[in-house]
Amino acid sequence: MLPQEIVQLIGKTGEITVLEVEKGAIKKFADAVGDANPLYRDEEYARSTGFGGIVAPPGFFGWPTKWKSAMPFFSEIRQEVVDTIAKAGYSRILDGGIEYDFYHPVRAGDTLSALSKVKDIREREAKAGKMILSVIETTYTNQNGDIVAKAHQTLISR
Amino acid sequence: MSKQLYWEDIEVGSQVTPLSKVATTQMLVKWAGASGDFNPLHYEDTFATSQGVGKPIVHGQLKRAWLIQLVTDWIGEQGILKKFSCQFRAMDHPRLMKDMSEPQEGETWWCKGKVTKKYVEGGEHYVDCDIWIENGKGEKTTTGSATVALPSPILSC
Repeated sequence: MLPQEIVQLIGKTGEITVLEVEKGAIKKFADAVGDANPLYRDEEYARSTGFGGIVAPPGFFGWPTKWKSAMPFFSEIRQEVVDTIAKAGYSRILDGGIEYDFYHPVRAGDTLSALSKVKDIREREAKAGKMILSVIETTYTNQNGDIVAKAHQTLISR
Repeated sequence: MSKQLYWEDIEVGSQVTPLSKVATTQMLVKWAGASGDFNPLHYEDTFATSQGVGKPIVHGQLKRAWLIQLVTDWIGEQGILKKFSCQFRAMDHPRLMKDMSEPQEGETWWCKGKVTKKYVEGGEHYVDCDIWIENGKGEKTTTGSATVALPSPILSC
């Protein structure tokens, strides 16, 4: 049985955070991946394609105003989940992976808003002992009101 | 850009064009800056040792980004990545640098994939595939799956 203070987190949403998708940040991200695709850096080339301009690689959503990182892995709600579970004695965190659904391209110059929600928290008995799996869902919406992507991130606490 | 891949080009069992990567300590520093993940686990020996991983490890998010590149390179500009997932199975340690730009000898990682399903739904032409990263010993350290929509010149005519 999960302690009540952990169960109470299920369904909780964080605050909306705004992300600016800057052209330079897209290039820097693609450079760090080692991805030379001109769609991520060459305006003239990108304009000649069906995209009509520079886009971000799938999985890059620009830089947020509130989180510490360009990834949703440092959102406040994630931290609250991690801290609450750590208090119950599971302080070692492992990345359990991520799942993305992509609906629309993210473009240079977009302003996205991201909302994270605690989708699920459950216990699992594994070879290595008991662990707690938490799923954080983050929804990214652009300035036109289109949902561009959803991310489901799994955290493993041991 | 590489030539466009079409739905007709693919069968179940087809290989995703492999992509090779060499993780270096320099690359991890670059990634930290580009992603904002400054966990010293990825660039500080003493800290990594204190965390029980021996040496600095490659960011999971970077490995994920490699797998996304594997898919987007393969499907070309007219292909659309619809769904993507990956899980981290084992840690990877970067090569150290020999000089300012060249890595020392060591492991090369290969991002690979295989088509598991091919279908049409709501007028779109989909392909599902399993994707993974193999380390220098051929072990899968990251595994995942992707669903892509591909253009179909024959069927859309």
